[in-house]
Amino acid sequence: MDKDILILGIESSCDETAASVIRNGREVLSNVIYSQIDLHTVYGGVVPEIASRKHIEKINQVIEKSLKDANVTLNDIDAIAVTYGPGLVGALLVGVAEAKAISFATGIPLVGVHHIEGHICANYIEHPELAPPFVSLVVSGGHTHLVNVADYGVYEILGRTRDDAAGEAFDKVARAIGLGYPGGPKIDRLVRETGADPKSIAFPRAKVGDSDYDFSFSGLKSAVLNYINSERMQGREIEPEKIAASFQKAVVDVLVEHGLKALEDRNENRIALAGGVASNSALREAYKEACKERGIDLYYPSPVYCTDNAAMIAVAGYYEFVKGVRSDLSLNAVPNLKLGER
Amino acid sequence: MKILAVDSSGLVASVALIEDGILIAEYTLNYKKTHSVTLVPMLDEIRSMTELDLNTIDAIATAKGPGSFTGLRIGSATVKGLGLALDKPIIAIPTVDALSMNAFGYRGLVCPMMDARREQVYTGIYRFKEAGKREPLILLEQCAISIYELASKLEEKAKSLAKEGELPILFLGDGVPVYKESLDRLMKDKGLIYEYAPCHMGRQRAAALAALAESYYERGIMETASEHSPEYLRVSQAERERMEKNDNT
Repeated sequence: MDKDILILGIESSCDETAASVIRNGREVLSNVIYSQIDLHTVYGGVVPEIASRKHIEKINQVIEKSLKDANVTLNDIDAIAVTYGPGLVGALLVGVAEAKAISFATGIPLVGVHHIEGHICANYIEHPELAPPFVSLVVSGGHTHLVNVADYGVYEILGRTRDDAAGEAFDKVARAIGLGYPGGPKIDRLVRETGADPKSIAFPRAKVGDSDYDFSFSGLKSAVLNYINSERMQGREIEPEKIAASFQKAVVDVLVEHGLKALEDRNENRIALAGGVASNSALREAYKEACKERGIDLYYPSPVYCTDNAAMIAVAGYYEFVKGVRSDLSLNAVPNLKLGER
Repeated sequence: MKILAVDSSGLVASVALIEDGILIAEYTLNYKKTHSVTLVPMLDEIRSMTELDLNTIDAIATAKGPGSFTGLRIGSATVKGLGLALDKPIIAIPTVDALSMNAFGYRGLVCPMMDARREQVYTGIYRFKEAGKREPLILLEQCAISIYELASKLEEKAKSLAKEGELPILFLGDGVPVYKESLDRLMKDKGLIYEYAPCHMGRQRAAALAALAESYYERGIMETASEHSPEYLRVSQAERERMEKNDNT
């Protein structure tokens, strides 16, 4: 490579304000994340207006720190990659407007990045050997997608959730058993700490009739809520750790089964997990075991790159940038942006 | 001294460049397209038409609020990005004060109003009295109130100034078409003389914002791009509902 390519990534799609500088698409020079989660906890979930207000307050500090941590200035940056969807529109707009203004003022090229593609690309950071094609399972509070990564920047959706995202189901169940927000990490921790038996309660594993790859979690969520109600009606105390373990196992089973099916059908032997729920320890363990048995290479990012971050956006932006993709100054936030859309 | 001004607080998107008290360029758009799509391309148009080297700007002015929450943030993030990239200060002007500058020199009371939803307007009451002064005299600081409350304030101000003769009231802003019927009735009931601003001064204009920003610059009222964020005059709905709930328990 003749010259290093530095990408400044900016991410503000939900409740994390983040900026990062990445060298040559793979090497993290800085990764700054300001998490607002404490602000939203009292509301039991992310409040879009509060998130947007906080993004505005923090975004310059976060960008400035990312440049300083990387020991570079804007003069060294080759392109600015910014998340423009999917996500909360008011939150996305902050990052998009900021990135466009910096691009306009400096002439640095702008590249709009899809948030979920960013999550998938997070895997490139710590796995230099990983390159397309591979299968990816993206699981987070807002998304559950099974994706064929055909090439850099070429994504084919194999399956998606028909209703709730996996992380959303975690949040709702966590609330019902009194764990609060955010549900995923809290359920994970409770199950690990208590070692509760995941076979305690039989919850359903939903199949979506006409698709091997699609997911559905609302039936499972209802089954958990019904179970809690019926226990209470019969005057029995619920045991949160048993519910948590059994529910988590039901989610993980389906996430593993569909992933394996996709690998088998495509004769593919590499799968990369991505998104916030990819840090769930039960999901990782189940995949490790299943992949080991079958000789499949399993990849997943460290927790810091599973959560929303800008390093992954800069990585995704790098591969778009080297292909010649550019966004113009009319780039808008697209809250329901589809994966693979350009 | 060069000031680049940006206002996307309401329905209108407007950008302007002034230099030493002279308006070099202004681009105002009152169209259904979102500010997110129009604002930076408008700045780019001004830059290219005036062959502007952005590094020669002294400060960036913006309407700091109130206004549409999303509109304010698009403007705010835009000037914050400009300020960060160019290392220039931000001059944040109260939105309603800037609107009043549209009617600079008007002999009566100037009353801008923006639709604030929930049966309220963002408004204020201003006068341009002192010769040589380039800023409005603020009789009622910008606030969110109902037009009934506003009508009472106007009546009160008009009465207290009665010795100066009959002072007409000039209404302007995107709240006017929303509340015109009620305004007509209220003004007639109270026997107040009023009129509506013509189209060239009826909505946000970045040139008016820039004119006021020039005074702020001379007085040294500026902030860093990092410090700047909008003033909404209102908490979010979720916070309001939570406070109401807590009050009730």
